[in-house]
Amino acid sequence: MFQPIKSQTLPDFSGLGSTVGATANSGPGQNYVLNPPKKITQNSPKPLPRVDHKWNVRDYLGAFLARTTSRRNDYTVFPGLYRFGEADKDSEVLVSANYKLTFDKLRQKLEGRNVWILVLDTKGINVWCAAGKGTFGTTELIKKIQAVNLGEVVKHRRVIVPQLGAVGMAAHEIKLRTGFRVSYGPVDARDLPEYLDNARRTTPQMRRVRFNWRDRLVLTPMEIIPSFKHFWKYTAIIAILFGVQREGILFQNIIQDGGAYIFAGVSALFAGALMTPLLLPLMPFRSFALKGFIAGVAVCAALFGISQYQESSFFWSNNPWFLAFAFIFIPSASSFLALQFTGSSTFTNMTGVYKEHKYALPLYIVAVVLSVILALAHKVTLWMNAGGSL
Amino acid sequence: MKYLLNVAKLEYNETLCTGCRRCTEVCPHGVFDLKNKKAFITDKDRCIECGACQKNCESNAIKVQTGVGCSSAILYSIFTGNEATCGCDDETGSSAASCC
Repeated sequence: MFQPIKSQTLPDFSGLGSTVGATANSGPGQNYVLNPPKKITQNSPKPLPRVDHKWNVRDYLGAFLARTTSRRNDYTVFPGLYRFGEADKDSEVLVSANYKLTFDKLRQKLEGRNVWILVLDTKGINVWCAAGKGTFGTTELIKKIQAVNLGEVVKHRRVIVPQLGAVGMAAHEIKLRTGFRVSYGPVDARDLPEYLDNARRTTPQMRRVRFNWRDRLVLTPMEIIPSFKHFWKYTAIIAILFGVQREGILFQNIIQDGGAYIFAGVSALFAGALMTPLLLPLMPFRSFALKGFIAGVAVCAALFGISQYQESSFFWSNNPWFLAFAFIFIPSASSFLALQFTGSSTFTNMTGVYKEHKYALPLYIVAVVLSVILALAHKVTLWMNAGGSL
Repeated sequence: MKYLLNVAKLEYNETLCTGCRRCTEVCPHGVFDLKNKKAFITDKDRCIECGACQKNCESNAIKVQTGVGCSSAILYSIFTGNEATCGCDDETGSSAASCC
């Protein structure tokens, strides 16, 4: 939904060509949707990219892929100034990041408005994370205000920065260096219409960062999918360990003896990367490691309970070695995975996460060692029972 | 939802406060409020150490020890002895997939 327009009324944007046309590291996919204005000559008025609120199929697909795959790491728009609607000299200037999902979510909320969107080069990272790293920051905003000649584009001297961007912005410094006063807008773009309609007044509600079940749900794919890497490795080790027979590696034994172990891996993933994030406020304890551990124990207990009503089950075994393994491995792995979610949550702090690691990490190492010993011991008993010798 | 108690490293010096309100504006967890033209801390345990208040406090009345609160960054720092970073910037570039 982007159509470059020829701008007659706008002044010459010196420096815009270099900001919009070519980013410092324009890798593959950099100009995914936004084609830079072609052939900018020094003297002609430069066309400004124009955007609207509509999402097309590619935007929806891109958003889905960014939420679920590594597409996220290279999902960008060109930094620079965009004209939304019929923005003119009196229109507000909204500052945003060049992660395309951020930019798309923003314009989606602006239907029927006339505003400028000033996109900073945050290397494709969202506002909050980029602000934490400083790329969505004082220096970059000053640079972009100067590069697009913002003082010539609008009459007023005010930019609206998303509140979470404040982590990287020193409002007083920006005022001092550019003359533009920073107004911190709401945390969530969905409150922007109300904020703009109320003469840029925020309610306390708009100032709080939320983390409801829906917010957490969209984050779980990026918890689960990366951990599959470890899951496949784990499965391969289990398959080899239990598949190996005197006759060679037998598939039947992988399923028969190793099946429960493989399912234990699935259970740990489920408990730590899906159940804990979703049920976060309901899980006891403040510590994420403990929440994950409890989830793991609960899943173990449930599987154990269900298996008691069945003669044999593919997902569980009542072999004592396996039982010991499951009750150590599943809660520990789940706890570790849950701890990974601290980075996605909106209410943890580094000192706390560090403290959790200090206590949990040695326990994880012990749990891994015990798990390996128990699985090996199980294998040895199976081997001996099959008439083998060591 | 609240995280661990008594861990947040947030310091505030009331005498330096000019009552500009910026901290009450930028904090995503409402840690600061204003009373008698001076800011005060409502609930320190809600602080996530993002540093927005410190950054926007012109009179340097607020100090926060900031850092990335994600596990992979901390694991990285524990095992390598380097500063905790998400690895999403070009310099380190290692674990960008798990960033924030």
